[in-house]
Amino acid sequence: MSSQPSHALEHGTVPWLLAGALATAAPHAGHLPLWLSLLVASAMLWRVWLWQRRRPLPPRWSLALLVIAGVAGVAWQFHSLFGKDTGVALLVLFMALKPLETHHRRDALVMVMLGYFLLLTHYFYSQSIPTGLWLLVAMTLLTGALIRLHGGAQPITAIARQASLLLLQALPFLLILYLLFPRVTGPLWGLPEDAHAGLSGLSEQMSPGSISNLIQSGAIAFRSRFAGETPEKADLYWRGPVFDSYDGITWRAATPAAGLPKPEPVIEASGTSYAYTSILEAHNQRWLLALDVVTSLPPESSLAPTFEALARERLRIRSRVSFISAVDYRANRIEAPGILQQALTLPEKINPRARALASEWQSLPPEKIAATALAMFRKEDFHYTLRPPLLGVDAVDEFLFGTRRGFCEHYASAFVFLMRAAGVPARVVVGYQGGELNPVDGYLVVRQSDAHAWAEIWLAGKGWVRIDPTAAVAPSRIEQGILAALPEGEPLPSIIRLDRDWLRQLRNRWEAANNSWNQWVLGYNPQRQRELLSRIGLRDPDWQSMTASLAILCGLALLIVTLWTLPRRRRVDPVQRAWQRYCAQLARRGVCRAAWEGPLAFAQRVARERPELAALTSEAADCYAQLRYGRSGDEPLRRLQQCMRRLPPTRRKEL
Amino acid sequence: MIIRLAALQRWLFRLARDEQLPIVLGQRRIFIVPTRAGVLFAGVLAVMLIGAINYNLSLGHALIFLLAGLGVVAMVHTFHNLFGLRLTPGRAEAVFAGDLARFPLQLDNARRQSRRALEFSFGEQPGVTVDVPSEGRVIVAVPYSTARRGRLDPGRVTLATRYPLGLFHAWSYPHPLWSCMVYPRPLRTPLPGPSAGAQADHHHGDSGQEDFAGLRARQPSDPTRHIAWKAVARRSDEQLLLVKQFAGGASDELWLDWSLTPPECGQEDRLSILTGWVMTADEQQVRYGLTLPGLQIAPAQGSAHRTNCLQALALYGAAP
Repeated sequence: MSSQPSHALEHGTVPWLLAGALATAAPHAGHLPLWLSLLVASAMLWRVWLWQRRRPLPPRWSLALLVIAGVAGVAWQFHSLFGKDTGVALLVLFMALKPLETHHRRDALVMVMLGYFLLLTHYFYSQSIPTGLWLLVAMTLLTGALIRLHGGAQPITAIARQASLLLLQALPFLLILYLLFPRVTGPLWGLPEDAHAGLSGLSEQMSPGSISNLIQSGAIAFRSRFAGETPEKADLYWRGPVFDSYDGITWRAATPAAGLPKPEPVIEASGTSYAYTSILEAHNQRWLLALDVVTSLPPESSLAPTFEALARERLRIRSRVSFISAVDYRANRIEAPGILQQALTLPEKINPRARALASEWQSLPPEKIAATALAMFRKEDFHYTLRPPLLGVDAVDEFLFGTRRGFCEHYASAFVFLMRAAGVPARVVVGYQGGELNPVDGYLVVRQSDAHAWAEIWLAGKGWVRIDPTAAVAPSRIEQGILAALPEGEPLPSIIRLDRDWLRQLRNRWEAANNSWNQWVLGYNPQRQRELLSRIGLRDPDWQSMTASLAILCGLALLIVTLWTLPRRRRVDPVQRAWQRYCAQLARRGVCRAAWEGPLAFAQRVARERPELAALTSEAADCYAQLRYGRSGDEPLRRLQQCMRRLPPTRRKEL
Repeated sequence: MIIRLAALQRWLFRLARDEQLPIVLGQRRIFIVPTRAGVLFAGVLAVMLIGAINYNLSLGHALIFLLAGLGVVAMVHTFHNLFGLRLTPGRAEAVFAGDLARFPLQLDNARRQSRRALEFSFGEQPGVTVDVPSEGRVIVAVPYSTARRGRLDPGRVTLATRYPLGLFHAWSYPHPLWSCMVYPRPLRTPLPGPSAGAQADHHHGDSGQEDFAGLRARQPSDPTRHIAWKAVARRSDEQLLLVKQFAGGASDELWLDWSLTPPECGQEDRLSILTGWVMTADEQQVRYGLTLPGLQIAPAQGSAHRTNCLQALALYGAAP
């Protein structure tokens, strides 16, 4: 084992390295600042040019300058040198600049290792099927670069084949380790602040425009599958945060008074119960978006005083939760005075016209007040649109008596304002409404475009009752979904606007495949691992038995790979085999052919020693000699094989 | 302690010579350890695993496990790149000290896959890299840069490979019964003796070939241009080739004597001078003899004679 000499890099290795660098860096272009992508691209183009012209690489000081400039740029862009995005940006920068100083084999090795590392960072942003496939390609390229580096010049196809073969043989290890490697739920330590940036969903407050912005995304918020029948579409209200504090512009959840015990919600459900499992995309909030109203919660979660199901921690990974809900219910017929008081509070002075209108209704019973307000929305000239005019300080007044164009947030907000002004406890609920059944896998898909806001009023003896003012203006929003409710030309995401059947079907298939991928590949967590292990007989596995089974299975896989790649024997040609078998038969009868004995000499010796075998042996030897040294054909081979069968049987001891 | 270590090494690396041919590399003779790149790879994987756990990246786990599998598979492939290779050593041609001796080794690959990037070297000497095609045969000449005259025992060959990924270093120590004659480095000086001047004059005229003295039967050491083709053609009944004999050369018998070399030079330099004389005399077609202390080779001509002389010079002073 001598120390590694510094091998100079071969010219033909560079394209492989560059291809690997490009394949690992390119997908990051989507979330890197444009200047960095341009810098990376030009560095690579420069390297290609140098390679093509066989120019010497730039001096080290110029590269050092480039690195310093790049790092300074990244620090300026991200305001820090730590964190996920910064780290990725720096890695991409190094990956692009490293090819400019690949002098030796060692540099190339460092580059490939960097590339392997860079592959991991793509999963910060996406773990979808295309990402997985693309990274497989990138990995093949990087491995090919290693093969080219150590194996010298070969045709591209040979290198690609060898790299794919290696990856193929590594697959069993992937499977075993993926299933059996003891999983730990992260994080191991605090994550940088930007670790969960870019997760979208409902926010902790509602101001004009916040929901209509969300609606323009076709991204999936969650998927649900019902064990039994699915509720009516008009009953599919998925409850998110509840807002009971208004400052004239923004609705928020009131901060509960400190020290008071949290009142327990009291829910009386009647009618059908629906059991279902939801797979929630990570949204970095605690709410679990259960169907109104939950009667049975999953573990590690709780029901807030305002009835929304809350997880113990913020949802930072895709999570799978099971609930039972009832759509006919009475909730909190007896409500805490503090909550009711909060549900009547309005900011001073603003919206005088709405207040005046509501005060006219104050003498009516609360149900009548709500019905009057809804009737106003229904009968008068209100419109449902994603692009409402901007509103000023007295937003509710301007909306009710001026613009009359709005979205669910405007209607819910105005309705709750009117109710409170009329003395009915009311609050805003935000969540999702509806969903689309994917017939391929039976999951109800709820997108960000299904985001919705509605109202709840408290009636003595009935508790909190849901009132959806949007339904009064645009009933089709609730019955058929947002697409049917909005006029042409509204900025809805194209993914929900597919009007061709085959396109819709294609989308359904793709989303169903993604769902399976999410659940069975990405969703393999410690809990699923325990389930799987107990199914294969390892009940309550500790780390020792898991390590043992892991080691055994890996050993088996290693054995299989070893046997697979074992040097294969050359095939013995049939003539040789037939002659050898004939000689073996003679050996069993007491005449051994010496290794140096030719066929004819052997036949002569047999004739001397064993005259009874002489004729047959001489024929066999003739055939063999003819096949070996004369004109070949099938006939002598057949005769040679027959000679063996015509030998007199040996005495068999076992009979 | 040191003796024990040597014994362990001998047992582990089988430092004995390979008597049996061909040398087949079995698993007992192939050693494998991770390279520095392999250790780096393992470190990168460990860091990646921590990252994947920290950020809960399922696909990240898959990537790391696939790479780990790749590492294991690379180990198997590196091992199999050597496993089952058959080596048959050949004879090395004699060289002059300071030149590269080349030890030929025939490599037979019986398997379907080719074997790539096999590096052969002697100890710390620079080596050669060869590929052996599938079911193919390649002859590689392992270089050894010689420094001293004598019979060279190159020792064991180091056969190493890092193919395919460079994460592992597999090696083996075939040790064939090899030797190579290393002649002293020739030092060209004018030929010695009274005839030295005459020889130099005659160099272009080839005077030794002018005085025809008769014909005799050809011996293998005779140059072909001395064959008397006309005489052979006339006497077609006989198979014998005849060569022309010349009077001039025979009279100028040259003795390359140890005592003619400058005594102020060291032994090796004197041997080098003698070697230079042998080469010059041979090139000039002179009949020459060699005298060393305790050894005399009678004057003769031809390549066999030259080899004799050079060998005597190479082994001068060595134990018989």
